[in-house]
Amino acid sequence: MKASNDLWRETLLPQLTPHLAREIAEFEDAITLRKQGRLSEKVFTEIRLRRGCYGQRYDNGQRHDGIRLRTLRYPCGDLLKGVNTVWDAPGMQRIKVPFGGLKAEQLDVVADLAEEYADGVVHVTTRQDFQLHYVHLDDTPTIMRRLAAVGITTREACGNTVRNVTACALAGICRDEVFDVTPYAKACAYFLLGHPDCQNFGRKFKIAFAGCADKPCALARIHDVGLIARLGNVNGRTVPGFEVLVGGGLGPVPYQAKVFSEFLPWEELLPTLQAIARVFAAQGEKRNRNRARLKFLVEKLGLDEFRQAVWRERATLPSQAARLPPLHEVEQPPQPHPIPSRALAPQIRETDPEYRAWLARNVYPQRQPGYVAVTVALPLGDISAEQLRGLADVVRRYTPDTVRTTIEQNFLIRWVPAHALPQIYGDLRRFSLADPLAGTIADITACPGTDTCKLGICSSRGLARELSLRLSAILDSLPPAVDALSIKVSGCFNSCAQHHVADIGFYGVSRNRSGHAVPHFQVLLGGDRRGNARSYGLAIAAVPSKNVPAALDRILRAYAAERNEDESFPDFVRRKGKVAFRELIGDLCQVPPRELEPAYYIDWADARPFSTEDLGVGECAGEVVTGVEFQLARCERLILDAQAQLDTGRLPQASHDAYRAMLDAAQALLESLGVKCSSDESIIEGFQKELYDTKLIFDPFVGSTFADYLLKAWQNRDRLADEEDTRRLLSEAQLFLDACHACYARILGGRGTTGKTAEDAR
Amino acid sequence: MTPRDPDLWQHIGAKLLAAVFEPECLDRCIAVFHRWIQQDACEELLIDVADYRHLRLGPGVILVGHEANYSLDRSLGRPGLLYNRKTALAGTFETKLIHSLRQAYRAARRLEEEQELKGLLRFDYLRWEILCNDRLLAPNCEASWATLEKRLRDLFAACCTGYGGALRLERVGGPRDLLRAAVTLPPAENPAAILDHFLGALP
Ligand code: SF4
Repeated sequence: MKASNDLWRETLLPQLTPHLAREIAEFEDAITLRKQGRLSEKVFTEIRLRRGCYGQRYDNGQRHDGIRLRTLRYPCGDLLKGVNTVWDAPGMQRIKVPFGGLKAEQLDVVADLAEEYADGVVHVTTRQDFQLHYVHLDDTPTIMRRLAAVGITTREACGNTVRNVTACALAGICRDEVFDVTPYAKACAYFLLGHPDCQNFGRKFKIAFAGCADKPCALARIHDVGLIARLGNVNGRTVPGFEVLVGGGLGPVPYQAKVFSEFLPWEELLPTLQAIARVFAAQGEKRNRNRARLKFLVEKLGLDEFRQAVWRERATLPSQAARLPPLHEVEQPPQPHPIPSRALAPQIRETDPEYRAWLARNVYPQRQPGYVAVTVALPLGDISAEQLRGLADVVRRYTPDTVRTTIEQNFLIRWVPAHALPQIYGDLRRFSLADPLAGTIADITACPGTDTCKLGICSSRGLARELSLRLSAILDSLPPAVDALSIKVSGCFNSCAQHHVADIGFYGVSRNRSGHAVPHFQVLLGGDRRGNARSYGLAIAAVPSKNVPAALDRILRAYAAERNEDESFPDFVRRKGKVAFRELIGDLCQVPPRELEPAYYIDWADARPFSTEDLGVGECAGEVVTGVEFQLARCERLILDAQAQLDTGRLPQASHDAYRAMLDAAQALLESLGVKCSSDESIIEGFQKELYDTKLIFDPFVGSTFADYLLKAWQNRDRLADEEDTRRLLSEAQLFLDACHACYARILGGRGTTGKTAEDAR
Repeated sequence: MTPRDPDLWQHIGAKLLAAVFEPECLDRCIAVFHRWIQQDACEELLIDVADYRHLRLGPGVILVGHEANYSLDRSLGRPGLLYNRKTALAGTFETKLIHSLRQAYRAARRLEEEQELKGLLRFDYLRWEILCNDRLLAPNCEASWATLEKRLRDLFAACCTGYGGALRLERVGGPRDLLRAAVTLPPAENPAAILDHFLGALP
């Protein structure tokens, strides 16, 4: 889409490591192959998901405009970027931010990208990632290059992979932590990124690090693997390590993680995670996506057997301790930062009530005397490009260049000298970034919902905005216990806003009244985030969207009036019980007829009559694509490279790439049959025995013709080829590769999981 | 970064600043933009409405299209209607700019006619911003600014011909912002008529 994409490729090449440049170029090759029809929609989908390129609502080219379902006629015509996903339709780009840690320069780049390639807004997710919406897929390689130039990757941000590794935003400055988990989270994130043992999962895999057992900053119990900092005794010495939890997860059926190990010494962290990944890859469900998360494997095997399987794998792995920082290196505070004498904005009066409220709510005194951390509360997790650049300036001016995203979809500016608070407040306010809402009931978490998510049923953001507006207006009059409650709103049962662990959670559902769809939210009460999310909320009732503010009002009033002294909201909910709450809001569940109250039939922040016709198929993680399919896709890319070499007259390199593509494809097929090959000779030997002599690779119509191409290439491998020979070799390599796709389909018994079917290959 | 030939610049946006911009206009324009989609009101393929009312400095409410976005934009604290070109266009810098000016102008006139927005939204047809949404083709540097200023001056001089007064051009935003110019046309009794004439008369 952008006219400058080719120029960016050239301009940024010197700034990228060869490894990153190659990775992104490979993705660009995959785009080319897909456009040529040489990669199936399914394989391409998983490739792009693994680069963080996700689908977005209406990307099937259909949208209900309130009157009728319309076809969006994009210029790309029939070209698809996934099953039923139109090439030109806008998509979402997720950007991984390990443990939420960022520098000002990185904020600047993300702001530029939002402005140039998206809709001018950056969204912070509940897993400390960034998301850009309304992005054209053709622009994504440039986005990746510009990010890579400042040390950010989008690799494995989506798909069946290890997702962003999260950690407490307060890590390193927290008054309650056991130790700073940041370096461990960072080491873990980069150790598992692209790790061969993490490429063959049936679903996504989420890891979180918490600095203590009690607080809700990392919510370790809702993750596939949760790691809670602990000190333990090893041979009479106190050493850092982790309590390891496995098999947690939210989604439609939430699971609490189970204790895998009470204490794992720090040196054991990486090999143990690698062993868990291996067991998950080997034994996790692959066919049924709905049962493919780690929680289901732990349930199926039982915790003990799962543990034994992991320890058996662990015994086969080397130590990775050298990749981890010892504790004494972890706790170093950064150098003090000189504070500018003049603020960007005019000084504010310290008696200003807004400033006082901001001090009370948004400022956290660090463990290190004289320093504070400042929360920038983002409405709905959004920040505009202009604001983000403003934030980058503030980070540069007041801190040693450090800021983090939080799982509440906010930013945390750390290491701010306490005496600079009036200045930083003034500067943040200049960019509308000083709302005194952090940690209050008005600081609501919301997933994208129907705004951009293909699975969204209701407008989570519309509801969250409405509630936040109403609550902000009365915040100062609320009792402190109510002021500090948490609200989380998801657009559907998938729980991306983590509604199960909020004091008050909502998720979108649709109900019918006299044949008309009515947006509703299911109300969940009493989720307990303490103790890293120790219990999940109770579903009370589904309330029409437009009645949710009234229902919330009643619930808050009941809590304010009837709570016992110091009674937490989760405790209050348990004491009162589900029935009492259902009675409290029961009348609000009624939907008036459409003729009387048409507004009930329209969702928040929308003008169209409510409909679920726009619901799409999720890409939360793609379909399972096997290692063989990825290997065959890589071979396609090699042939593309060979063609480029041939076009520029580099004949030996072209022959080499084409020949390599054939051998690697043969190796992939052999692996699918359980035959491991360690050399080119063993590939040819295995090919002859397992695929040629058995006729498995033979084409139903031309028999051994395509298979013979490999054997011929092998015989001629040391011969210098002229241009004509090279051109022929490339054609033969392509035909051989097509035969491999067809053969793989036959190996799978025609179950259609290959990138190409036998028919496609024709 | 060195700027390229301005005729190679793409993604030229035009923003018409508002004379009246009541906060309520953002709430109301959601329904208006949905209706525009139903009516195929613009020549671009219209996709959806994106609601960023909660960001006080930002894109406001966007009518998302394939070739371009229209938004009631609040960035830099200067509310107005932004036509943000996304796909490339053929022709000179002037051709692309005039296209964006025309699209923004038409949309603004249409918005002013919408019943829901009466009294809440009015545009100042003398005040525009021109922006180049590509930091590589049109980096925000002195050389780019000098080029942009000259090309804008020449183009808008044609618009002002016949009614006198001085055209004002200013560089707006900080060094990390997009290359952006504020254009103020000389005062006129009926600026819309002048623009009608200017944009209609141009190729
Ligand atoms: S909870 Fe549902 S609507 Fe929200 S982002 Fe997740 S899948 Fe989409």
